[in-house]
Amino acid sequence: MGIVRTENLTFEYIRRDEEGNVEGITTAVDQVNLDIVQGEFIAILGHNGSGKSTLAKHINAILYPTEGTVWVDGMDTAEEAQIWNIRQTAGMVFQNPDNQIIGQVVEEDVGFGPENMGIPTREIWERVEESLKAVGMYEYRKHSPNKLSGGQKQRVSIAGVLAMHPKCIVLDEPTAMLDPKGRREVIRAVRGLNEVEGITVILITHYMEEIIHADRVFVMDSGKVAMEGTPREIFSQVEKLKSLRLDVPQVTLLAYELKKRGIELPDAILTTEELADALSAFSPAGKR
Amino acid sequence: MSIILDHISYVYGEGTPLEVKALDDICLQIPDGQFVGIIGHTGSGKSTLVQHMNGLMRASAGHLYFNGEDIYDRDFCMKDLRGKVGLVFQYPEHQLFEIDVLSDVCFGPQNQGLTRQEAELKAFEALRRVGMPMELYYQSPFELSGGQKRRAAIAGVLAMDPQVLILDEPTAGLDPMGRIEILHQIKQLQQETGLTILLVSHSMEDVAEYVDRIIVMNKGKILFDDIPREVFSHYKELEEVGLAAPQVTYVLHALKDRGFDVDVNATTVEEAARTVERAVSGRT
Amino acid sequence: MLRDITLGQYYQTESLIHRLDPRVKLGGTVLYIVSLFFFRNFLGYGIAMLFLAAVIRLSHVPFRFMVKGMKSILFLLLITVVFNLFLIPGTELVSFWKLTITVEGLRTAVTMAIRLTLLIVGSSLMTLTTTPNNLTDGLEKMMKPLKVFRVPVHEVAMIMSIALRFIPILLEETDRIMKAQMARGADFENGNLINRARALVPLLVPLFISAFRRANDLAMAMEARCYRGGEGRTKMKPLVYQRRDRLGYLCICVYLIGSIAVGRLV
Repeated sequence: MGIVRTENLTFEYIRRDEEGNVEGITTAVDQVNLDIVQGEFIAILGHNGSGKSTLAKHINAILYPTEGTVWVDGMDTAEEAQIWNIRQTAGMVFQNPDNQIIGQVVEEDVGFGPENMGIPTREIWERVEESLKAVGMYEYRKHSPNKLSGGQKQRVSIAGVLAMHPKCIVLDEPTAMLDPKGRREVIRAVRGLNEVEGITVILITHYMEEIIHADRVFVMDSGKVAMEGTPREIFSQVEKLKSLRLDVPQVTLLAYELKKRGIELPDAILTTEELADALSAFSPAGKR
Repeated sequence: MSIILDHISYVYGEGTPLEVKALDDICLQIPDGQFVGIIGHTGSGKSTLVQHMNGLMRASAGHLYFNGEDIYDRDFCMKDLRGKVGLVFQYPEHQLFEIDVLSDVCFGPQNQGLTRQEAELKAFEALRRVGMPMELYYQSPFELSGGQKRRAAIAGVLAMDPQVLILDEPTAGLDPMGRIEILHQIKQLQQETGLTILLVSHSMEDVAEYVDRIIVMNKGKILFDDIPREVFSHYKELEEVGLAAPQVTYVLHALKDRGFDVDVNATTVEEAARTVERAVSGRT
Repeated sequence: MLRDITLGQYYQTESLIHRLDPRVKLGGTVLYIVSLFFFRNFLGYGIAMLFLAAVIRLSHVPFRFMVKGMKSILFLLLITVVFNLFLIPGTELVSFWKLTITVEGLRTAVTMAIRLTLLIVGSSLMTLTTTPNNLTDGLEKMMKPLKVFRVPVHEVAMIMSIALRFIPILLEETDRIMKAQMARGADFENGNLINRARALVPLLVPLFISAFRRANDLAMAMEARCYRGGEGRTKMKPLVYQRRDRLGYLCICVYLIGSIAVGRLV
């Protein structure tokens, strides 16, 4: 069984008006089945309000399913006794970098999780050091988080989760509030965790450039999984993505436009090099 | 004539060891009716720059002229200036506070001394211009979706009838379609009203399609100030300061290097597709 | 203006005083303040001043940083001096118009000014040399005996340290919202009291909403990182007394006995 598995996961909440009367029921997540293997890099895409964040919060046992079941490393999240083991196994990084840093010094914040878990002092220091090094923030360990850039703050948050030695990290739009430079820093750190440390990554985002390295992509729409596949498979369906209020990277779009104009190119080109290489076939050098 | 910045500098914490030059001797002229993109990464001085234009921040040195008047003159009315140069902050939905959308949009015009009725007329017009669905006018602003909140907040500034509209990162945090919708709406607004618009952003791709002119800020200075295609031709220098040209620029340069006869100055996907098609079909 | 207040600020540098256990600094500050109220002659204040100067020297905090902090309380200091100077009855010293300065008045005014200055400089030295986190840790540990009386010591300490972490963020936010509303023509500076109070609504409503949103986010982030109160928690930086801390206590005791002896008896 995979590290994260959901079976018919459904989450509903009751909307109330100002007087507290029931206005209706909203289904935020609707019959979702996932099976994520240890070590995978998963991306979950979806427009705002598609249910992707609600889904993510189930993996960390912050929300519980109305119907269906979520297992994290074989533990059922509905079982209260397992809650701390689950949160330790599946760490979570949130969107707003300011609202998740508790410590006033970088290293103290990274130590917060291990402190809560009751790790002995010496080991906390070891974990803090290795986690900060893993995200490239070790030299900032004595700094105040308030003086860091957005990308740096998010990397501190990631280190804070890493120090809990999770098997899986869920990142809920970690780059939504960052500038391009910060986004690149965070994505590089996340890829490092996955490739070097072998941690399962579940990245929730609506920036298309960030998912091209994922092993599998799920696209959410009104609580359901609307598309599933490798980035290439997903990006080959430009029209469908657009109908789901999403976009594709500019290169992919350019290749798509060229194909529409009758230039024969492979499906779903993801990087500038790929497109340049593919087009080289048309050059005099390519024909020889 | 509109806005002229004459050797504007702004220094944080002057005289302390933490002194930072946020703006360094900026000279700039923004004529009426232009659609300008101001690009730079966080801390480049772009937000500080636009806050000078409506007098929220006061330059440490230099002069700023609005329609020929020096705004630092003693008898110049700053409050009037803020009505004429509307500034929409980043995440403007965080400033909403009234019980319904319409009242919130009325806040600005009422501060200008209009009666509630006059203000409501302005508010209706502004809400229509930002594409807010009519049935939401009397809803609480806190119950709107992210994109709608943003529109309500933009309308709140628009209702003051500014001659210049400055938007600081109007697409931050929105999903791809939300970004495109807001940018389209702004473009449409500019075409219909002839407003001068300044769009602050850290994304070249976002602004490339819309603006007439791009000002690139770096470390408190203007790095480039030109039409988009000219700015993007400096893509290597842009990269050095942590910015990037749109992806199509890279593709076109890569193709050019491989001997294709493409126009490397194309800035949008549409233009790029056209020039690549021509280059490729010309050879096959 | 707010950033001029050095009270409660931390000054980052390396020094013996910075390395001292926060409990020593907390206890020492309390004892130092108490001592100021025991003196009956100026000799005592002289010793207190010398002691403070020595500690400041050891702390490597630049003196002008201290002086900057004093600026914010100058007004309070002036009022105290003026009130004492003119309102205390006794032997007349000088008199002009309707005001009289007495010998007793002058004496009290000078004493009060010295006492207040020493008190403020002394306590700001503590916060300047102790990180807020360290300080709450120290408080938590010192107050641990109160747990017997069901005082939620850990929770209080946690709330304090979170508050300290978010103060700069909320100040920045206030500034941003204020500017955003000013861009919409709001006026926070002019008008009578009622108008000014009303002008605060567009500032306070968004500020509260944002504070609640942050609190909500933070609570979720803390729970996601397995926070469940003080039970079973370990410390990354546990407080353990070192040799220098015992020495510190000794110095304070010597100072306390010496200064009070001189201040009261000589």
